[in-house]
Amino acid sequence: MGRKSRSTPEINAGSMADIAFLLLVFFLVTTTMDQQKGLRVQLPPYPDPTVPPPVVEQNDRNVLEVLVNSGDQLLVERKPLRIEELTDLTKRHIQNEGRDPNFSDSSTAAVVSLKNDRGTSLERYVQVYNELIRAYNESRDEYARSKYGRPFKELPPKGDEATAVKKKFPMKISEAEPVEYTP
Amino acid sequence: MSKFRKEGKKESPGINTSALPDIVFMLLFFFMVATKMRDPKVMVKTSVPVVSEVEKIVKKSWINHILVGPPTDPSKGDAPRIQFDDKFGSVDEVQQFITLKKNEHPEAIRDYLTTAIKADRSVKMGLIQDIKQELRKINSLKLLYSASEGEVEE
Repeated sequence: MGRKSRSTPEINAGSMADIAFLLLVFFLVTTTMDQQKGLRVQLPPYPDPTVPPPVVEQNDRNVLEVLVNSGDQLLVERKPLRIEELTDLTKRHIQNEGRDPNFSDSSTAAVVSLKNDRGTSLERYVQVYNELIRAYNESRDEYARSKYGRPFKELPPKGDEATAVKKKFPMKISEAEPVEYTP
Repeated sequence: MSKFRKEGKKESPGINTSALPDIVFMLLFFFMVATKMRDPKVMVKTSVPVVSEVEKIVKKSWINHILVGPPTDPSKGDAPRIQFDDKFGSVDEVQQFITLKKNEHPEAIRDYLTTAIKADRSVKMGLIQDIKQELRKINSLKLLYSASEGEVEE
């Protein structure tokens, strides 16, 4: 029995590239590459109404009081300040190590308290927050550079060195409880 | 006459395009994986502040968005509104929204979920503060103020 060997006709793959291109263009157009960026913040836990708030002995000199009022003006320790000067002042505060009696005892004890009014605009609030974070980042960088010869970002994350730097400059920025103002 | 000299005109060999589909497929798969279908329709204006010390969030799926800003539709007035996924809401609904979002994730990572407040720069802190209080009440304390990177302008 002679069976004719029939060759299967080959599928023309020439247009495959076209189809793939079409899909490619579709996904190119629909892709959103926006990265999530922003200031990361840890909120304090909600106070339990049945438990009285713990009384924390906080030396006044260790707290840098930053207030942004409803007119978006910046008040540091009740004195007006321009926002460009805030980073340097904060750095002086956290790196004081007890030298200047107006600033903190040590970097581990230093706290920045950030207060705002209900009428403060988000933009100004975020800008002020940014300056505070910048002060901490720069302090950590300087410390890491002098101690390990590298900026903080280049230390292995979660390594001993990075932990030591973080421990030296803990980012203590407290967002105060909202205060109700009666106009 | 050299033995090896070829006769006739020299033709440049055509470029081999047989690997082209492979390359295109590679690109295609990259974009397929990188694509996240556009978020639900944005109904509020959110022109976020520009600051220098931004952090990039790697785990995008761990972020829940709350949008705050004046409505894009002018007939809805220009008072700032809160948008969850694809509808307007009020401050009272923050807890419910975030709790629902949390339940979509396995329990082990629920504490790592971050709430991103993407708010217009003109929004007053009063409203943001209310949202923050609601978040604290349900103990979801990781917060991100959405911002874009750049030098702070005065």
